[in-house]
Amino acid sequence: MTEELARTPLHERHVAAGGKMVPFAGFAMPVQYPTGITAEHAAVREAAGLFDVSHMGEFNVAGPDALSLVQRLSVNDASTMDVGQAQYSAMCADDGGVIDDLIVYRFDDRYMLVVNASNREKDLEWVRRHTDGLDVSVEDVSDRTALIALQGPAAREILRPLSTPDVDEVRYYRFREGTVAGRPAVISGTGYTGEDGFELYVDAADAPGIWDALLEGGAEAGLIPAGLGARDSLRLEMGYALYGNDLDEEHTTLESGLGWVTKLDKGSAFVGRDALAAQKERGVERRLVGLRLEGKGFPRPGYPVVSDGEPVGQLTSGTVSPTLGVGVAMGYVRAGLAKPGASLQIDVRGRLIDAVVVRPPFYTDGSIRR
Amino acid sequence: MSDIPSDFLYTEEHEYLKPTGEEDVYQIGVTDYAQGELGDVVFVELPDAGTSFNQMDVFGTIEAVKAVSDLFSPVGGEVLEVNSALDDDPSLVNSDPYGAGWMVRMRVSDPSEIDGLLDADGYAAHIG
Repeated sequence: MTEELARTPLHERHVAAGGKMVPFAGFAMPVQYPTGITAEHAAVREAAGLFDVSHMGEFNVAGPDALSLVQRLSVNDASTMDVGQAQYSAMCADDGGVIDDLIVYRFDDRYMLVVNASNREKDLEWVRRHTDGLDVSVEDVSDRTALIALQGPAAREILRPLSTPDVDEVRYYRFREGTVAGRPAVISGTGYTGEDGFELYVDAADAPGIWDALLEGGAEAGLIPAGLGARDSLRLEMGYALYGNDLDEEHTTLESGLGWVTKLDKGSAFVGRDALAAQKERGVERRLVGLRLEGKGFPRPGYPVVSDGEPVGQLTSGTVSPTLGVGVAMGYVRAGLAKPGASLQIDVRGRLIDAVVVRPPFYTDGSIRR
Repeated sequence: MSDIPSDFLYTEEHEYLKPTGEEDVYQIGVTDYAQGELGDVVFVELPDAGTSFNQMDVFGTIEAVKAVSDLFSPVGGEVLEVNSALDDDPSLVNSDPYGAGWMVRMRVSDPSEIDGLLDADGYAAHIG
């Protein structure tokens, strides 16, 4: 490993806490702390966990034509958003392949696009390449922005005494500009775990102080830091797609379960729209599905999905669900087999394990407040 | 720092052999260092008692959240007993690798293979 890894503003906190640092999207990130992935996962399901997701990219889009640029790039319809609203979406290439999935935030004076760390450079270039004829500015503010995710059924009561405005002012997929532990923060009612919780966009320099205040204030309620390992198993239990595993440029939004955010008729053209409309017309040939294993085995990306002895697809993500105790996976299969309840098999290193197609989430008892 | 008991033998593949008191019979598992590197263990697949292996044969697999690893037979011999408790609670490998998290008891067929294993100092040097 010769490449120099970037560090988040919370790097020293992770090292001090015994975090096992691994390379992820060019950053040194904690995959787990000494508590272990299983315990961190359980903490988020039962109490709360604190995640450093500062590696994510944030772009500010401002100017008179900011909405036009967002509409040109986003498959979802940003024109319906209120100030203070967040919206899940994706950007597609001309052929409909997913460039990235993202969250769009509407502020009173700008939009903020939150993109995957692994795609930050590519996305910035992509966004800037599509500004022709628009009076708009695009600024990458990732380096000065830290992102802390507080997730779990106890998250709300942990944040309440530390935040203004009151946490109950922040509804699901809405955000407020306020303070946490006396420091400026964008408090967003979003997350990647299926639990109630918040994502806090803060200045990089303020991140360690906010991190400490949350851990101290939340200790009694069971808050612990949680790493990328738990983040992955938590999102998999919910069937949330991860770019680079389940989403990529080889698959369109219609194939990868993002049809619900793909607004072909939003009233303004967007990159990839024509290809997506044509694909919708003729029908998709493969589809991302959730698979629950009926037998013992650990599903991993790349394992073949089999039907009647024939390979019909491949897993893109998988784990043994810490909460459910069974293998859960996502993968692409031929569209005719992508029906909930369909019986398939997964080739787990030479053993065929029965699996059933499940409409996510796999885990349905989360505390998320929609 | 990981725990390396001084009276055990070790392999470069991070298995340990714990003397049982019975001649040529060892309890085998993975080291504290190995369980720390593997992270949370989810499944352990072990052979049936009575199965024989040559040195460096794959005798089982260990599935952790991050990766699957083969278990290599540190010596040739016959499996006398397997730890069935790992079926129900594979996390014993993490919580008590040298005790309740053991994997198999094995009778060594060629005791000279024992001489080629690492002692505690050698293993400590190996993991740096």
